[in-house]
Amino acid sequence: MRHLLSTQDLSLENAIRILDTAEEMAAVGEREVKKLPALRGRTVVNLFFEDSTRTRISFEAAAKRLSADVINFSAKGSSVSKGESLKDTAQTLEAMSADAVVIRHWASGAPAQLATSGWIDAAVINAGDGTHEHPTQALLDAFTMRRHLSRLNGTDSTGSNLVGLRVAIAGDVLHSRVARSNVWLLQTLGAEVTLVAPPTLLPVGVEHWPCAVSYDLDSVLEAGVDAIMVLRVQAERMNDSFFPSTREYSRRWGLDDARLARLDTLGMKDTIIMHPGPMNRGLEISSAAADSSRSTVLAQVRNGVSVRMAVLYLALSGDLRDPPPRLPPPRTAVDNRPNTRADETRENAR
Amino acid sequence: MTAQKTADQAGPEAAARYLIRGASPLGKEQTDLLVQDGRIVEIGSGLSARSATVIDAAGLIALPGMVDPHTHLREPGREDAETVETGSRAAALGGYTAVHAMANSSPVADTAGVVEQVFSLGRDAGWVDVRPVGAVTVGLAGKQLAELGAMADSRARVRIFSDDGICVSDPVLMRRALEYVKAFDGVIAQHAQEPRLTEGAQMNEGKVSAVLGLAGWPAVAEESIIARDVLLAQHVDSRLHICHVSTAGSVELIRWAKARGIKVTAEVTPHHLWLTEELVRSYNPVYKVNPPLRAEEDVAALRAALADGTIDVIGTDHAPHPSEAKDCEWAQAAMGMTGLETALSVVQHTMIESGLLDWEGFARVTSVAPARIGRLAGQGRPLAVGEPANLVLVDPAARWTVDPRTMATKGLNSPFSGRVLPGAVVATFYRGHPTVLDGKLNSPYRQANPRGIQGEH
Repeated sequence: MRHLLSTQDLSLENAIRILDTAEEMAAVGEREVKKLPALRGRTVVNLFFEDSTRTRISFEAAAKRLSADVINFSAKGSSVSKGESLKDTAQTLEAMSADAVVIRHWASGAPAQLATSGWIDAAVINAGDGTHEHPTQALLDAFTMRRHLSRLNGTDSTGSNLVGLRVAIAGDVLHSRVARSNVWLLQTLGAEVTLVAPPTLLPVGVEHWPCAVSYDLDSVLEAGVDAIMVLRVQAERMNDSFFPSTREYSRRWGLDDARLARLDTLGMKDTIIMHPGPMNRGLEISSAAADSSRSTVLAQVRNGVSVRMAVLYLALSGDLRDPPPRLPPPRTAVDNRPNTRADETRENAR
Repeated sequence: MTAQKTADQAGPEAAARYLIRGASPLGKEQTDLLVQDGRIVEIGSGLSARSATVIDAAGLIALPGMVDPHTHLREPGREDAETVETGSRAAALGGYTAVHAMANSSPVADTAGVVEQVFSLGRDAGWVDVRPVGAVTVGLAGKQLAELGAMADSRARVRIFSDDGICVSDPVLMRRALEYVKAFDGVIAQHAQEPRLTEGAQMNEGKVSAVLGLAGWPAVAEESIIARDVLLAQHVDSRLHICHVSTAGSVELIRWAKARGIKVTAEVTPHHLWLTEELVRSYNPVYKVNPPLRAEEDVAALRAALADGTIDVIGTDHAPHPSEAKDCEWAQAAMGMTGLETALSVVQHTMIESGLLDWEGFARVTSVAPARIGRLAGQGRPLAVGEPANLVLVDPAARWTVDPRTMATKGLNSPFSGRVLPGAVVATFYRGHPTVLDGKLNSPYRQANPRGIQGEH
């Protein structure tokens, strides 16, 4: 595959390859000179039709660490907001010889259209489309979980999968591209996923997904869970009767202080708490939970750069089905640390 | 097939006499049909070709000219998408001799003036009968009844009224509309879509929408309106027509209503008889349509309902759009598909080649029943001596590849583009005149007194 449009069509082989490559990229981030010449002379365009500073700077950092030229194209204040079509924008970028287009769009399917319409020849990376998918977020989540699992097992994360890992994804699944991408990818990697949400925030048809579904967060916690991924819930949803009030939501489905404490009493000392950000503290997650030693929120952000470096590198260096690429050797012996596992632990301990 | 004039024919318009040699009416035994002065004047084998243009129709099926209860011709207002001229050319090529032009033009066809304009444009084009559909409410706004009586009494003789594209969702307004049109034997054609349940809806709500992250258009939004409206129609004893039925549940409700004697008729589009929501996985907006493509079990239920008469008619819901309306993000794309030039082939594929319908049944659902619903005299008539010569010759063995760029419609938005379809229209006779010959446009019908006021023939 030249493009990364979804995790649903990502094979196990390619998923592992991206995660393994991301491990190598993470090592680069540990060096004094955090830069590889891999994509020198290549142009990566960040095409953002929706505000997302976090995702954009993550992709920007990833591309720059690979020495690519980066152009940020934001829909706000550009011709896009004056009615220029996606097609015309795409063809403009094509005329500028973009090698890869990282696209964030409010419309589900826009990256797929960009990749298949023939408007553009560049590799297309989906940086989140509508309520469809956000594949690099799922990959960085999986990367974070894989490191956690490896640390617990005392094994090397490279080459490993997530078989046996119990993951609960709690929140607004209906409107969440993060949930969708995670369900497919985690299933591919062998994890057991349970979605926890009010019935109004689960899509009709969720019964066909390769995961369990629950309306009761407490019983899911009691059954045992290794990672709890909390999804952002917009308070405005209550105006559309998805739930009666933010307080009721927090009581029933929020990861609050009581449930955080419950993890301890249930003896789940290694269970991690994840959140794709930005968090609504006090709504879907309490501050204590967000800031606890279980939280991987900051590790997720940092891992995002490594995963996006891997995706850009693999998309631009050729077919993902090709043999894994060989990275140039590190410049100094000092920087040649095998992995960042120790650092990960430090992050978790904060 | 080639049309050959006999030596002693005086001229192209003078004789207006055509001998259709060896056609199979409704797919039955071969016979000759002699057409003269707009009527079928003789049927039998071995008819004399004297002074007639002979059309070799061996292997061709003769059918009554198709009648579309549901077409969007876009004129006035969106002549960039379609005009009455281009749309009625497409209709003739598709085997139609009459189309009902939906009211959602700009200005809306909600006055006698606009429906007469559309009617006149159709008559001047001369390819098919263009029968305007009148809007139920002023400006399709769903607030106040349009002057339905004025449209009924106009030269356009409107009998079908619809706010198609928008549901008449106010139950009181719907009740009054159903009652009111009884005064002139009209029918309300409902676009059944509960508006609140479909806000922002992009595709069928179900297992595919869940994966694609597109807002769902649930079947219940269609079915709840149908359930309400058949009960209203029963209560006030009025005629109700349901446009583009798309779900298995709707079929059950209509079957129930018909069993109770409620005067309801129903329509299905060719695309809903074949295509499913699985196509939306491509995010190609050519598959965006309202009501949306549904699931496999809905398609099966619709086919069975059309075969057993629960659904009465095929309506194309031909909805051409300029390419920019489809060359964009799914959520921004316009809803609708072209259909006039593919309807016959799609129905042949889905209903006849599947064994669900024979050609007589085809004539029922594409001609007889829609003409009756629209109270359209001179259309949907039997292929018999003395009847108006609105008929079509079809080669059921033909196979062709759909290419929107070669079609008469301006719309490139055919969901069948690239598919190989069975069955081709070889000739269309409209009022005894061949509008289509050898599968190509021939010439439009010209009346003796084109500007004069004329009644239905």
